[in-house]
Amino acid sequence: MTEILNLCILLGLMATAVAIIRVSNLFAVVALSGFYSLLMASMFVVLDAVDVAFTEAAVGAGISTLIFLGTLLLTTRQGKTYRASPLALVVCVATGGLLVYGTLDMPALGDPQAPVHQHVAPRYINESGAEIGVPNIVTSVLASYRGYDTMGEVIVILTAGIGVLLLLFRGHLPDKDDQ
Amino acid sequence: MKDFIVLRVVAKVLIPVILIFALYVQFHGDYGPGGGFQAGVIFSAGFILYGLVFGLDALHRVAPVSLLQGVAAAGVLLYAGTGVGGLIGGGNFLNYSVLAHDPVHGQHLGILLIELGVGLTVAAVMLILFQAFAGKRRHS
Repeated sequence: MTEILNLCILLGLMATAVAIIRVSNLFAVVALSGFYSLLMASMFVVLDAVDVAFTEAAVGAGISTLIFLGTLLLTTRQGKTYRASPLALVVCVATGGLLVYGTLDMPALGDPQAPVHQHVAPRYINESGAEIGVPNIVTSVLASYRGYDTMGEVIVILTAGIGVLLLLFRGHLPDKDDQ
Repeated sequence: MKDFIVLRVVAKVLIPVILIFALYVQFHGDYGPGGGFQAGVIFSAGFILYGLVFGLDALHRVAPVSLLQGVAAAGVLLYAGTGVGGLIGGGNFLNYSVLAHDPVHGQHLGILLIELGVGLTVAAVMLILFQAFAGKRRHS
């Protein structure tokens, strides 16, 4: 059942990606990329990563689609069409082929003997209940064991916000202009 | 889109549900899937829906960018401040075990605080982004 679902989602992702390349109307491209994110969110649900699916659905399908639409209002709705170059096709196919070749060495999905499950994961699974006492191990890893890392991520988000404030508002906040 | 009664009514029903769900994801992140990042984006999605249906001016009134700037910075400050709290308690930076008498209670408190910091920053930055892009044309 999961295999059929995976196959459907992956085929849908491929079809959406090809459609995004083929369509030149940018409004349609934005709508398709929102659909792509929605499919990705369902993929994450199938992979049991519900928290990632939340984020993908809210940010990918929701907020970034809106931001793209806002950008279209500021720029243009019609994309430029470029003549396809055979060299680009060769490079893309070669890169894709190399990536697929690279996955052949990877352990199977969910394999308990995979290196990623042998490194620090057993310690987190065995000890975090006594050390942190939080049932959700993902939360204890993100918030406590790797607190530095998460703090860096939050600072990156704040920096992105500051960047947008400086670039788009240029020091004139809209709520001050209105009054 | 204020003139569409269906949109207005549906938005009014949905927004409180979205906000409550965001708070649930925020504070239940210790037990179920979720946490500050997820809660922040869901919370801001509720506000963005409000802005889409009732207009940017209405959104400016409930969530002015000048306030959001402060909230975004306060989130990082809360996060780092919790880390400094660990230092003051005699542990390492971001060691929550020393925040309470019992190490596990300290961890619970620390995680709650830093997740709140993450949620505040993420929600505020998302709303800043939306207002920056959506409000650009009127101010350029």
